[in-house]
Amino acid sequence: MTKQSPRSQEPRVSRPARGAKLRVRFTFPQRLVTEPVIWYLSKHFDVITNIRRAEVKESTGWVVLELEGKEEEVQRGLQWVREQGVRVDLVTGDIVEG
Amino acid sequence: MPYVKALRCRECGREYPQEPINVCDFCFGPLEVVYDYEAISRVISRERIARGPLSIWRYADLLPADSERAVDINAGFTPLIKAKNLGRRLGLDNLYLKNDCVNPSYSFKDRVVSIAATKALEFGFDTVACASTGNLACSVAAHAARAGMKAVVFIPADLEKGKVVGAAIYGPTLVAVNGNYDDVNRLCSEIADSYHWAFVNINVRPYYSEGSKTLGYEVAEQLGWRAPDHAIVPAASGSLFTKIWKGLKEMSDLKLIGPVKTRMHLTQPTGCSPISTAYLEGTLNIRPVKPKTIAKSLAIGNPADGYYALKTIQQSRGTAWSVTDEEIVEGIKLLASTEGIFTETAGGVVVAGLEKLAKSGAIQKDEVTVAYITGNGLKTQEAVENVVQPLLIEPSLAAFEKAIKER
Repeated sequence: MTKQSPRSQEPRVSRPARGAKLRVRFTFPQRLVTEPVIWYLSKHFDVITNIRRAEVKESTGWVVLELEGKEEEVQRGLQWVREQGVRVDLVTGDIVEG
Repeated sequence: MPYVKALRCRECGREYPQEPINVCDFCFGPLEVVYDYEAISRVISRERIARGPLSIWRYADLLPADSERAVDINAGFTPLIKAKNLGRRLGLDNLYLKNDCVNPSYSFKDRVVSIAATKALEFGFDTVACASTGNLACSVAAHAARAGMKAVVFIPADLEKGKVVGAAIYGPTLVAVNGNYDDVNRLCSEIADSYHWAFVNINVRPYYSEGSKTLGYEVAEQLGWRAPDHAIVPAASGSLFTKIWKGLKEMSDLKLIGPVKTRMHLTQPTGCSPISTAYLEGTLNIRPVKPKTIAKSLAIGNPADGYYALKTIQQSRGTAWSVTDEEIVEGIKLLASTEGIFTETAGGVVVAGLEKLAKSGAIQKDEVTVAYITGNGLKTQEAVENVVQPLLIEPSLAAFEKAIKER
């Protein structure tokens, strides 16, 4: 009998159909630092959010994460995030150079 | 023969093989080139460097691309000039200017693009690409022409034609995107993922950025194998600033120069100063901004190396400054009228920042100070158009003499 690894015994996470993957950085203003913006994004848009790095302080916070889902849905979700007042940037920083 | 061991994530330390990748798969942090310094130390020497070409490739042992196949339009080894007149004006006896205005496409970008284009050929790309409103576009197009590669340059559609003549002349495909800077940023990121092109500051960025170290190497060599006491550097992404420091430290670690005590001073335009602002607020957290400045070559609102630039300031006991658009213009005029060098707006940012730094008393009179002048004034003539104030006269000697007397 093959010994199953602990990882294979864990419940599989149900994911939406694979689509666009986008790596972004959210920068939060002070008034949104304690708001569950990413939870709301996942709950109300068909987008998987996968956090890789974050720092949260009293006056500001940032999160580096990957978003996965159909491209239009990812963009809709990001539009909503921006409308809340969160700055959205590519993880690479600005690409257009002088 | 490059002495590159691997790429390493600057955040989590994970290592990756030499490939055209720039982001860690685990934590999405930026990747950096890692060298075999032990192997380099066995071959490198001042004499070996001095025997090299009068370009960035004299430092080939410390660069991540094969110099035998270099895409080289003779970037680098630009003049280091003692600025007696400007120094006297600012109360500095040992002020030097590193004049990168005279690079082949008239900015320091030739250094980083030479590396990127060489690496692109090594990786088997036939196309180099970038998104740029000026200097980078020119350099990429020029190097691609030299290498026989295709070039694709993305610009915002509302960019003035004059800004891109200097790039278009080399024959790249120019793509004008009908959107703002954010749109061009996002689109280029998607294209870099979809097309097998070498985007110089995306998928070959770890190699590209190493070219800026040569500004540290050259200054040290030109000062007689020593590091300056102070360096004043303009910052857009922050990469140039961090790499000059890295270059000086490498030279010291390899015993080519003594210990590095250089204080690194960063300058930005007030209309786009996320790094200077964080420094003044005493934080390492960069808050991205929307750029609004005449210094377009420094207009990066979300600087990829902002955090690392702040760390460099800390490690070197340096400072950061921001200057207004008016001060930038006066800085350009001051440099031209004292030292005969016509720099673009980024250079004006440096001179204006240097004035503030000198006034602050942070530089002792006899300390060796180097101001990095990164681009040529012909690129941003519109910023100083008001200097054109000719004496308008009728075609007679009398009219001329009258006008001269009254001037």
